[in-house]
Amino acid sequence: MLHAPKDGAGWDPRDLVEPDRAHRACYADQEVFDLEIERIFHRSWIYAGHESQVPNPGDFTTFQIGHQPMIMTRAADGRIHVLYNRCPHRGAMLTNEHMGHAGSTLICSYHSWQFKLDGRVHAIPTPDGYAGTRLTTDNPDCSMKPAARVEGYRGFWFASLAADGPDLETWLSGAKAAFDDMCDRAPEGEVEVVPTCFRVIQKSNWKIFLENQLDALHPSITHGAAGKAAAEVEQEFKAETGDDAPLQYHYLSAFTTPIYKWDGLQTRGFPHGHCILEGYMGLRPKDPDTLEYEAVMERAYGKARTEEILGTNIHHVLVYPCLSVQAPLQQLRAVRPLGPDRTLTEIWHFRLKGAPEPIYRRSLHYFNLVNSPSTMINADDLNNFWRCQQGLESEGGDWVSFHRNAGQDPVENGVTTSVTGLSEMPMRHMFTAWTDYMGEG
Amino acid sequence: MAPASQREAAVADAVPDRAEQGLLARLETQWQVEQLLTRQAEILDQRRWSDWLSLFTSDGHYWMPADPAQTSGEGVPSIFYEDRWLMRTRVKRLEHPRAWSQTPRNRTSHVVGNVVVESDDPATGIVVARSKFHVVEFRLDAQRYFAGSYRHTLVRTPDGFRIRLQRVDIVNYDGPFDYVLQFWI
Repeated sequence: MLHAPKDGAGWDPRDLVEPDRAHRACYADQEVFDLEIERIFHRSWIYAGHESQVPNPGDFTTFQIGHQPMIMTRAADGRIHVLYNRCPHRGAMLTNEHMGHAGSTLICSYHSWQFKLDGRVHAIPTPDGYAGTRLTTDNPDCSMKPAARVEGYRGFWFASLAADGPDLETWLSGAKAAFDDMCDRAPEGEVEVVPTCFRVIQKSNWKIFLENQLDALHPSITHGAAGKAAAEVEQEFKAETGDDAPLQYHYLSAFTTPIYKWDGLQTRGFPHGHCILEGYMGLRPKDPDTLEYEAVMERAYGKARTEEILGTNIHHVLVYPCLSVQAPLQQLRAVRPLGPDRTLTEIWHFRLKGAPEPIYRRSLHYFNLVNSPSTMINADDLNNFWRCQQGLESEGGDWVSFHRNAGQDPVENGVTTSVTGLSEMPMRHMFTAWTDYMGEG
Repeated sequence: MAPASQREAAVADAVPDRAEQGLLARLETQWQVEQLLTRQAEILDQRRWSDWLSLFTSDGHYWMPADPAQTSGEGVPSIFYEDRWLMRTRVKRLEHPRAWSQTPRNRTSHVVGNVVVESDDPATGIVVARSKFHVVEFRLDAQRYFAGSYRHTLVRTPDGFRIRLQRVDIVNYDGPFDYVLQFWI
């Protein structure tokens, strides 16, 4: 096993990543993982949450950046802040809830230090004890430490623990499509979170999940059973009721699409490892609900712009390394690595503001059927991920193959495209970004 | 032989009074509900899917809310919200030879108790019953534990009870699920 030294000094990530393959240490080595946390997750922009998770001053929600427990708050002036969830006194976490309303201050459960929602210290009990010491309330050490940078794009907020680096929009580049596509589909141009977060743990490395999101080779194999089951029920529904089965069955039966047809999809790679997989579900039926929605959209945007918005055909956008977004169904999965072999996914869905209720139901059905803890789809994905992790921890071979269509990834204006939907370009592309991050000592 | 008056009194004693009749009817309902819950637990543990589907009315639903404050599964996020068509889909997937995560199959053991008949409406034939479940699941050398409350809305039919709605409030509804739930708890 190749090991990265603890401080990363003198270590070259190119020892682990070649243009067409990656060493298993990238997935299975604790020290490589620790370095990923430090050099990728503690430096890049990481998804914090949607602003509608903290609609009112005093609201907060918690999440992880790498190993750091963070809290996203809405302060009295309405601004959003991201702070380390840590009391500067003795280090206690200031809240252990996922979401809540703190009122005007966060109060430490240990000694009652109080902080405004922007993180500034508000009150310390019996402050006389600090007279003559160097701890004064204007000392930043007396307040909650903020994330180095916090920025939002169309209501989706990110934080970075590194003071330097590209601004959020520059960093997102082509991955802005995730949020543009989702928000533009709302007649009011905004989405609102549905405050139920499904959390599912994968017993595998975080990169395996991201790679799978852009892997058009696997669906008809991995999800063949669920796809075939749904396709059969679609037929039985039609035969027994005379009606077409509801659209949600198509979310599953689409997986029966044979491998060769996935070839026609395109994938694109943007700087910093972000990727897009084109859509394949054809989610634009001509039923009355869709027509009503399209009429509402045309009133909001005009015919030409509506056509442009609804004609956008994206399945997944990966915001590397932290997010997988399905804009046309208003879902996202945030990726929180817990260890080399353990990854938490936080799964959210959104309402399109101004869209009729049946359009929300489509998003909801996908959330319930594909993304909930009873998913018939991810049951087989997570099983594969676990099997991969087991194999990568073994000494049965050192390399993971990304040779499919290697050397055939055209790049134009910084955007890499695949020559076929089945190309392993996205995996090579993500590892290029990985090598860049990991190589910066 | 006892005098006629005494014999009449003994016969009268053997006929339950109204209070006793009510008790017997309640005990019978309680017994029937417990029988159904026990049978349902066995059906799940034995993976008898056609028996599972036939436990439900044609409009029946199996619902595991995402939040105990929810009052209906319509239009809200749920861990499960399945009608018989979706249940049929799940069964077909479980039994498909290439349902990869079903090799090896997961095994379960259900225990149901604390059964309370909440209401019994003779006019509609609808009985509502609450109970508690404990489930152990074994898969890939690991055991998981699930617990929570059932609330069954049952309909009396000539063939016994059928389930119109099975509400399943799992205690860890908002916790992280280590892997997923492949079939009904």
